[in-house]
Amino acid sequence: MTTTLPVLLLLPSLVPAAVTFFLPQDSHALRNILQLGGAVLKLGLIVWMLVAVATGATYEAEFPLAPGLVILLRIDALALLFISLSATLWLLTTIYAIAYFGTKAELSRFFGFFSLCVAATTGLALSGSLISFFIFFELLTLSTWPLVAHKQDKPSLAAARVYFTYALPGSAALLWAIIWLESATGPVLFTEPPDLSGLDPAALRAIFALFIIGVGVKAGLVPLHGWLPAAMAAPAPVSALLHAVAVVKAGAFGVVRIVYDVFGAENMTALGVGVPLAIVASVTIVWGSVRALQQDEIKKRLAFSTVSQVSYIVLGAALASPLAMIGGLVHLVHQGLMKITLFFCAGIYDERAGIKRINGLNGMGKRMPWTSACFSLGAMGMIGLPPLAGFVSKFYLGLGAIEAGAPWVLAVLLASTLLNAAYFLPLLYRLWFLPCAANTKCDERAPGLVLPAVVTATATMGVGLLAASPISPLGWATLIVTQGYGP
Amino acid sequence: MTALISGLVLPLLAALAAIALPARARLPVALLGVGLTLAASIWLAISVWTNGAITVSLGGWQPPIGIALRADGLGAALGVMTALVMAAVALAARHEMEPLVAGPRTSFGFWPLMLLLWAALNAVFVSRDLFNLYVGLELITLTAVALVAISGKAEAIAAALRYLLFALAGSLLYLAGVVLSYAAHGTLDISLLAARTAVPGDALALGLMTAGLLVKTALFPFHVWLPPAHSAAPAPASAMLSALVPKASLLILLRLWFEAMPELATPVALFTLAGLGALAVIWGGVLALLQARLKLIVAYSTVAQLGYIFLVFPLAGGDGAAQPWAAGAWTGAMFQMLGHGLAKAAMFLAAGIYIAAVGSDRLSDVRGLARALPMTGFAFALASITLLGLPPSAGFTAKYLLMTGAFASGQWAWAFVLVGGGLLAAAYLYRPLTAIFAREIAVTPRPIPWGWQAVPLVLAMLSVALGLLSSVPFDFLQIGRPDQAAEGL
Repeated sequence: MTTTLPVLLLLPSLVPAAVTFFLPQDSHALRNILQLGGAVLKLGLIVWMLVAVATGATYEAEFPLAPGLVILLRIDALALLFISLSATLWLLTTIYAIAYFGTKAELSRFFGFFSLCVAATTGLALSGSLISFFIFFELLTLSTWPLVAHKQDKPSLAAARVYFTYALPGSAALLWAIIWLESATGPVLFTEPPDLSGLDPAALRAIFALFIIGVGVKAGLVPLHGWLPAAMAAPAPVSALLHAVAVVKAGAFGVVRIVYDVFGAENMTALGVGVPLAIVASVTIVWGSVRALQQDEIKKRLAFSTVSQVSYIVLGAALASPLAMIGGLVHLVHQGLMKITLFFCAGIYDERAGIKRINGLNGMGKRMPWTSACFSLGAMGMIGLPPLAGFVSKFYLGLGAIEAGAPWVLAVLLASTLLNAAYFLPLLYRLWFLPCAANTKCDERAPGLVLPAVVTATATMGVGLLAASPISPLGWATLIVTQGYGP
Repeated sequence: MTALISGLVLPLLAALAAIALPARARLPVALLGVGLTLAASIWLAISVWTNGAITVSLGGWQPPIGIALRADGLGAALGVMTALVMAAVALAARHEMEPLVAGPRTSFGFWPLMLLLWAALNAVFVSRDLFNLYVGLELITLTAVALVAISGKAEAIAAALRYLLFALAGSLLYLAGVVLSYAAHGTLDISLLAARTAVPGDALALGLMTAGLLVKTALFPFHVWLPPAHSAAPAPASAMLSALVPKASLLILLRLWFEAMPELATPVALFTLAGLGALAVIWGGVLALLQARLKLIVAYSTVAQLGYIFLVFPLAGGDGAAQPWAAGAWTGAMFQMLGHGLAKAAMFLAAGIYIAAVGSDRLSDVRGLARALPMTGFAFALASITLLGLPPSAGFTAKYLLMTGAFASGQWAWAFVLVGGGLLAAAYLYRPLTAIFAREIAVTPRPIPWGWQAVPLVLAMLSVALGLLSSVPFDFLQIGRPDQAAEGL
């Protein structure tokens, strides 16, 4: 049993992927059942596993490919955090996507790659060694490319090309770093930190930099973030998935793994690479917000906001004090919930009212109250208003910064909060306080679209209100840090 | 032993039968020959897996008087890869080489040539005798040249002539080296040569043989004959020419440098071989980027992909052979041989389907064909993953093992070739892939039977599966491996 479960977790996404590719375009019902069934089944497995892990079970599965090249799937607390997030949001995004696409063209291709993308994310979360992480990281790149290009119009194809132009050199850097490191240490497993004494500090710093470049492309670290706003050409469910669960999260998750499970907080401090990473993260946080402020398109504004917000996770990892780690880890979940809410809503505005730019939002609060309420909750969470999710993350990051002896980070957090407010509050003002253009046709009676947004918006509030409970993301993040990474 | 001999005799017999029998019986006989030879190759691999390397002394005479044949892991693995590619080629050629489609002359010539080529390839895979290898190589060259010229078009004849001139020059150089070596040592057997007393002339002999083999392998700068020849041939022939033919001369090269005369592998020589390989990766990639026809892109990509294999020389050859990383690096290069063979054949067969469907392989004409021929598009995409060296595929296993060897041996500069070549491959394969998967269709295609469409897809899937299940092939390739180092890193 202990070896089969990690594999079982991959199957609810892999099997629907394999079958869906060969389904005719018209068999909507079968395709939807497969997709939803897979998502529900996986969520069930995860709940079961959460209970089992709480009672002390461990899960590990190993597939040797060649000497040194071993796919190792392992379930630890960090994996569970990421996998629970992705499984929950996958189910919601599937419901949303089914409603969003209806009976449009090429859906078998879309849902096939969609499932493959989730399988890759699951594998990434479960990876117990560097090389398995890399393999799923690449699978993720390959399976998201067709999703970005899905519309196959000029902007989508250009966006997909830009995506590859960033992603492939990033992968090359990552592979380079892995093999360089492993040539001195042997295969790196996340359970036991590798012995880094065989490499001199300069080489280790270079390896660290290559690692960060490799995963930083996906995490959207400035200046490697250019593909992310371009990828906005993709359909809304794809953006939601990319920004909240799959690609950027894979990058951020990679940073966490590399900092804690490969180098370890102590080595990072000894090498003096933590502060530079924190600076890169801070620059990204501020720069992303500044660029968001300049965007007129809703989705573009949200995209730059992602660039900024994901670096909170990186910042938490870089500061490496326990509270900052907790803040960063919990933001992995919190940012996912908030950002997916915002993208769900942006998709509804676009699909049901034809609104793409922020001036179209005028007065939509009354016309589309559910959507607008969810959007507002997500935006306020991003700003960090208590008691919403974003507040918890920022609070812990701030405390962690002081604990780590880096009070300047507080200034970054403050600046970012002000900028967050500056680019989100005008939207809320437009939604609720400006009169709407009379001739806008809109209709939010689409439960498949609105319901997922309501659920995630409620969760945004819930994880903040119930932060003190041990089963909240904060409780889980605290558990991870106190058990695994605490000093 | 029976399996080994059947792999040589069955395709020869089938080739003769295909010539002698009336036209009606030609296709069934050829397909029967293909099926039996495929079975023999798999049987040989199974016996090598269970019994270890198999040595046969023909007529019971030991070398140096007689001739030895030996199937080791590498030879048997190449045999199986060849058999799979040949079977796929036969299934595709069943449609493409129909007398009504290809013309009666081409149709008549194709099957015997293909089977002869197969027999010659199998002979090279198991031969331990330098002259025997020469004969096999000549047979390969002659059948390959004939396959290039088979359509009779002016462009094809010109490409075939150029190929023939290069190949003959290569043969002469190789033969001169063999003669020198025989004059000095009185033996042609690889194992006996390994135990010889070295003489100063050995370096010249090895140099001549190597030069000849490099020409035949189309290593940069001797590659100029390859792209026109491979793109002018009919697609099923191109698949064999690109996936299989260069591997034969490359295998002899490996046998010479790793088994017969490993002590002559000076760092300079190893560096030169890998340096040319690196230039091939870059130059082939850059030229592939500039082509407007699918088959030319795929052909130039062969030049680049063969280049990777030459990294094996400094990473696992010479003094490095005894190092712990040598096994990994060597096996990585062999994975590249096998994976490239499967993927490249898949690509050429896919190109053949496009040519049959729209009558052209220009990128502007194959636009949007993925919608009408989804399996073919999928096959091309999967094969690309292997060529890019992305996981999980044989190309990735190869790249990983070679890169690990490069870092472990402190020769990390070679890793630039592997990584840079992958990025270059991404660049040159991006254009055909976006064309094939474009939304609008340029030319309405003729329908293609499903059975035919599935052929390249299966090959491409095999190239991915080889990476996904690389543990058994890895161990298999160690059987009878010449080097001392037992385990990879």
